[in-house]
Amino acid sequence: MRRDLRGLNLVALWRGLIGGDGGKGDRIVPPTGFTAQLTLFSAGAMAFLAVFALALALATGRLADRWSDALAGSVTVRVSAPVTEQEAQVQTALSILQTTPGAGEPRLLPPEEMAQLLEPWFGPDMPVDALPVPALIDVPVTGDDFDAEGLRLRLEAEAPGAVLDDHTEWRRPLVSAANRLRMLGIVSLVLIAAASAAMITLAAKAALAANGQVIRVMRLIGARDLTIANAFVRRFTRRAAVGSAAGTVLGMLAVAILPDASAAGGFLTGLGFQGWGWLMPLSIPLIAAAVGFFATRWAALKMLGAVR
Amino acid sequence: MIEMRDVGFGYHGGAELLSGMTLSLQPGMFHFLTGPSGSGKTTLLRLCYADLLPTAGRMTAFGHELRDLSRDDIADLRRQVGVVHQDPQFLEHLAVAENVALPLTVAGEPVDMEALRDLLGWVQLAPQARALPPSLSGGERQRAALARAVILSPDLVLADEPTGNLDWEMSMRLMQLLIELNKSGKTVLVATHDLNLIRATKAQVTARVLRISGGSLHLAGADL
Repeated sequence: MRRDLRGLNLVALWRGLIGGDGGKGDRIVPPTGFTAQLTLFSAGAMAFLAVFALALALATGRLADRWSDALAGSVTVRVSAPVTEQEAQVQTALSILQTTPGAGEPRLLPPEEMAQLLEPWFGPDMPVDALPVPALIDVPVTGDDFDAEGLRLRLEAEAPGAVLDDHTEWRRPLVSAANRLRMLGIVSLVLIAAASAAMITLAAKAALAANGQVIRVMRLIGARDLTIANAFVRRFTRRAAVGSAAGTVLGMLAVAILPDASAAGGFLTGLGFQGWGWLMPLSIPLIAAAVGFFATRWAALKMLGAVR
Repeated sequence: MIEMRDVGFGYHGGAELLSGMTLSLQPGMFHFLTGPSGSGKTTLLRLCYADLLPTAGRMTAFGHELRDLSRDDIADLRRQVGVVHQDPQFLEHLAVAENVALPLTVAGEPVDMEALRDLLGWVQLAPQARALPPSLSGGERQRAALARAVILSPDLVLADEPTGNLDWEMSMRLMQLLIELNKSGKTVLVATHDLNLIRATKAQVTARVLRISGGSLHLAGADL
């Protein structure tokens, strides 16, 4: 690794990247038409895919946070007791909740809301009053000192029919699923980077093999390994950067014209970039250039080792 | 400059092509290396610019043991030794002037266009400066190779059968350039099997003639 970084001239590298011609050093290697276009196309395609993988990783991250926050923001107390005791236990539960640290104002769900909750199962116009359904109390969690376990014990002692549901049972698998999706996005990004490195290494090796005479002549006239390697490195780094920049722009445009998140609703709400997140794809061409730089450098130095 | 003590060399660990070679190239001297084809003239020259390493004995170039040189040291050594091959290779997509200036480019040194023009004029290639190597004749390629070999002003110039593909007139033109280089203080070593060329050159410059035969090196005497 130390050998790889030796003689690393970032200024020359930058000039080589932004200039149409990286200088005389670049002219040493004969121009190649079709191979260059293939490298550009491959780098662009990989960048395009990377944009979507990045969007997926960011969106699922937000999804996990949103689900977690939404479900952790409130708890529900369900009171199931014989009809004669129900009202008394509800009042007891409400008074316990009002004195619970970290809990906001409890709200007993009125019959209309209960009817709305049950409507998907029993249809409209169902007389909820005629059913032995439990009473539901919605309690917002307003402080970090909210102790769900302590509240559960108090309810159990003073209102045996009241059961606390802090949504853990629902929350855990949803957050877990979102986190796995996020991991899938990150793994995709890593695989895309690895595939790009492999592709550039193969292209660089082909170019080095095709230019054996150039390399031989340069060694004979006193060129150091890094001088020769840099002639190839500049070229492939530029191709990787330019190709991936084009792919990134197209990918960002494609993400931008996706259906509006809030309008689409459902599971995939928010797929895309938000706010400063739009800047993150801009790192893809830089990473592609770095991948191109090190992959070509490694291939070139390895091949040069066989040339005296 | 180049010192060899009991140097031996065999390709791929096989039998020694060269053995017991002891040689000291004297600074500022014109040397010929002669011997029949396959006797090891090219091999000895390749040892001099570290394209090969001796398999036996000790060999130093400019005071440095050849076996101790790193790859960068070898590159530096080759900037001090200009080499002209029998079949010189160029970067065929670059113009003659660019090829001649290539050692400067790879050494990261600026190209003095005036000096480059003078050098091309010296080897009579000024009109071909923008031409591509494939369009050059054999003699022109050799002179372009000589210009490339001396552009870094090396202390030592090696030429391996430089006239092998040239007619007599063209050969003497090339030798004339090598003689001029030697008279300007450069050490020159020319490998050739052409005894007439050696005789003609010796008529113009004091030259030391070394002969390889049977894998050993001898100083040639009046038998030339």
